[in-house]
Amino acid sequence: MNQLLLDYLPLVVFIGVALVLSLALLVAPFIVAYSAPDPIKLSAYECGFNPFDDARMKFDVRFYLVAILFIIFDLEVAFLFPWAVAFGKIGLYGFWSMMIFLAVLTIGFAYEWKKGALEWD
Amino acid sequence: MIAPLFFYIFASLCIASAFMVIASKNAVHSVLFLILAFVNASGLFVLLGAEFVAMILVVVYVGAVAVLFLFVVMMLDVDFTELREGFLQYLPIGAVVGCILLAELLLVVGAWTIAPTMPQSITTPIPTDVSNTMALGLVLYTKYVYYFQLAGLVLLVAMIGAIVLTLQHRQSAKRQIASVQNARNKATAIEIKQVPSGQGIKEDIEEKVS
Repeated sequence: MNQLLLDYLPLVVFIGVALVLSLALLVAPFIVAYSAPDPIKLSAYECGFNPFDDARMKFDVRFYLVAILFIIFDLEVAFLFPWAVAFGKIGLYGFWSMMIFLAVLTIGFAYEWKKGALEWD
Repeated sequence: MIAPLFFYIFASLCIASAFMVIASKNAVHSVLFLILAFVNASGLFVLLGAEFVAMILVVVYVGAVAVLFLFVVMMLDVDFTELREGFLQYLPIGAVVGCILLAELLLVVGAWTIAPTMPQSITTPIPTDVSNTMALGLVLYTKYVYYFQLAGLVLLVAMIGAIVLTLQHRQSAKRQIASVQNARNKATAIEIKQVPSGQGIKEDIEEKVS
């Protein structure tokens, strides 16, 4: 067993505890809880009248825009991690290559800001 | 002997959840199984010693891409009864496409040869003197600078493409203009008028608003 994998032992223990705990909480209601469902009980609740249709509906496409912009900057940060770790060894060349990368994405960010993609309406 | 055990746990769970992605009828469940497959794949990466890739897989794929997939699924507004309607009608053409893909995959895998140096490089022990992230950082920004900048450009294209495709503003929306707001002062914002008793005051409302 090598050292790298031994480092992950706490994680395995943690996941094991989480698994047991969540399974216990998931299974216990099936065993002990009183349950007598009927269609009225299970239907979506609307005050005073029968529900018109399903509670699930289409999402606004603007959520998608927010999510994809989040992913792009998430990836940008992911690229920053190894750069920061190896910063002392890659020298000026590595520094400027990251600066160009950031500049390219800053162009996108400026476009996004100018277009008003960060505002809701 | 512990590592192979975990390998089999991760691998079998990964394959099972990947199968459930295409087998489950509810698209939302498919996405959740996809997340499970991602998490197991990241476990496999940890076993390979690729810690950084494993963590990025969790952060980027589980944290972001899976959420994006959920959004897409929710946006589609899938009607399940409608989905199953044309099943028999589209079965022949679907089967043809599937067979062509299978044939292509078989051709590719059949012609695949493993490089003779491969077993040797797989079995080399994970170096312990340099950390995973450090090893990546040493080559990514200098040796592979072209691919790195290309990745930046791909991200830029994705950003602009998403904005061009999905951004639409309501024309009637009232927006805050900070500079105009800050330029207001007592003199421009407030006006005091003496109103004669019983006569009221005539005023152009339009002018006041602008």
